[in-house]
Amino acid sequence: MSRLKSIVNFYVDGFKSMTIGRTLWLIILIKLAIIFLVLKLFFFPDKLATEYDTDAQRADAVRHALTLDK
Amino acid sequence: MNDLLSVVDWSRAQFALTAIYHWLFVPLTLGLAVIVAVMESIYVRRGDERWKKIAKFWMTLFGINFALGVATGIILEFEFGTNWSNYSWFVGDIFGAPLAIEGIFAFFIEATFVAVMFFGWNRVSKRFHLVSTWMVAIGVSLSALWILVANAWMQNPVGTEFDPVQMRNTMTDFGAVAFNAVAMNKFFHAVASGWTLAGVFVVGISCWMIMRRSNVEAMRSSLKVGTAVGVAGILLTMYTGDGSAVQVAKVQPMKLAAMEGLYDGKVGQDLVAFGFVNPDKKPGDELPAINCEISIPYGLSVLANHDPNTFVPGINDLINGIALTPKGDTINTVSYADRIAAGRVAQDALRAYNAAAQAGDQAAMDSASLVVKENFKYFGYGYFNSPEDAVPPVALTFYSFRVMVMLGSYILAFMLVMAFIAYRRPQWLDKKWLCIIGVLTIPLTYVCSEAGWVLAEVGRQPWIIQDLMPTGIAVSDVTASSVQFTFWLFAFLFTALLIAEVSIMVHYIRSSVRRDILNS
Repeated sequence: MSRLKSIVNFYVDGFKSMTIGRTLWLIILIKLAIIFLVLKLFFFPDKLATEYDTDAQRADAVRHALTLDK
Repeated sequence: MNDLLSVVDWSRAQFALTAIYHWLFVPLTLGLAVIVAVMESIYVRRGDERWKKIAKFWMTLFGINFALGVATGIILEFEFGTNWSNYSWFVGDIFGAPLAIEGIFAFFIEATFVAVMFFGWNRVSKRFHLVSTWMVAIGVSLSALWILVANAWMQNPVGTEFDPVQMRNTMTDFGAVAFNAVAMNKFFHAVASGWTLAGVFVVGISCWMIMRRSNVEAMRSSLKVGTAVGVAGILLTMYTGDGSAVQVAKVQPMKLAAMEGLYDGKVGQDLVAFGFVNPDKKPGDELPAINCEISIPYGLSVLANHDPNTFVPGINDLINGIALTPKGDTINTVSYADRIAAGRVAQDALRAYNAAAQAGDQAAMDSASLVVKENFKYFGYGYFNSPEDAVPPVALTFYSFRVMVMLGSYILAFMLVMAFIAYRRPQWLDKKWLCIIGVLTIPLTYVCSEAGWVLAEVGRQPWIIQDLMPTGIAVSDVTASSVQFTFWLFAFLFTALLIAEVSIMVHYIRSSVRRDILNS
């Protein structure tokens, strides 16, 4: 328990003592929010995962796409 | 058809944009981690507090780059799922396994050792802190290893077997995938280029500080480490680059031919040292391929085979399936027309498999499956209308190779001179022009590094997976307008990140000009 507490304190003290790191963490959090909450959710769905329910259907869809005469 | 081409072009442009921006952050992370670790090792070994402060200065710059660059690679994985779904499915677990390992490594390292590296200076022992710093340096490199293993499989697909039932490649030999000769060369080449870039970065920033008469003693010490790592980096980059050329000659000979603008090879093939690609040149015609050519005799044979008396095939030779022995005797290889025929047999068999599956005819499915496997080696060629479709963009491949090599040669000379100055003639750094060259070499090294990736990725076109899947067939059924929109979104987002990185770095370096690093 005391080891866990010292690990938590290690991180808490580290974050508290940051100077330039505060700006960097702010950028990281904004970036991750944009990547995962905006880009991933609204612009980058996994096409096959969202459009088909089973792997067999996905395999069929790709087989059809790859054997289609374009 | 036009919309498909547009989707392919925009998806490629988007991937290129994302990868190029991602690679602005990665090599500096790879190299600066090593430089900081070396500086800290000197501190621990000598017990000299000056080196601790020097290491902390560069560690802050490492942290800025690390923070801005982290997660930029995830967007590439998003693009696989959305824009390249046929490809994502087709590669199966070949991509998934290395990327999962990479994710675990990255998370493990970032959550533990980076925290100790930044927060642990006065909280853990010197030695544990040093181990943590080295673990970060080793960890980011291992992280890169798995990405490059995945990339190398696309350039040289080994250790896998195609399953027509699942419509994807399954891993049959993890060792063959992980220790793919292309992957090993790519890994050391990429990591060493990171050392080089970081070495130049340290030299350039040190030169700028010295020019401003700020922290001269600390920057002269930094120069010693920066040049030592930089010289080691550029020498290793060149050595592994030579290994890459041999690998390309073996597994992607069309890329090598495009790199040289070589259409008709010969035994004892020259290397083009200087020249301009003739934009009107087409396979099979009589036009000259290179204008104003200056060549190094036997250079390409040496580069490709380490033997001046060997044959290097040109684009026409590869298309026609012709090679020569050292004595000049002709050997027939598989022509591109035959490859296209084999690819079409495989694809017809896949259609037959599809029809048999719908009819529930197991015997026909098994029979079709066998034909697919027998001809799968040339599966991707079946999508081409003519052998010329398999030729990469020659001009971009040719010029990116020369930009990389010329700048790489300059960087070697620059690093050797700066190392001599750092260790033997530090007083020469009083010359302003020398420091200006040091600063200007930073962007040149980025151009060199990016040119290497342009060569690797454009040179392998039209393949997304060598011989198995052309780029054009890999895209999803999405609209060009949606890809265009996200292209510009990324262009804005990444440019903002880059501006933020440069601004924060410049602000930090300028603030350091006004303070004494060694006594603050």
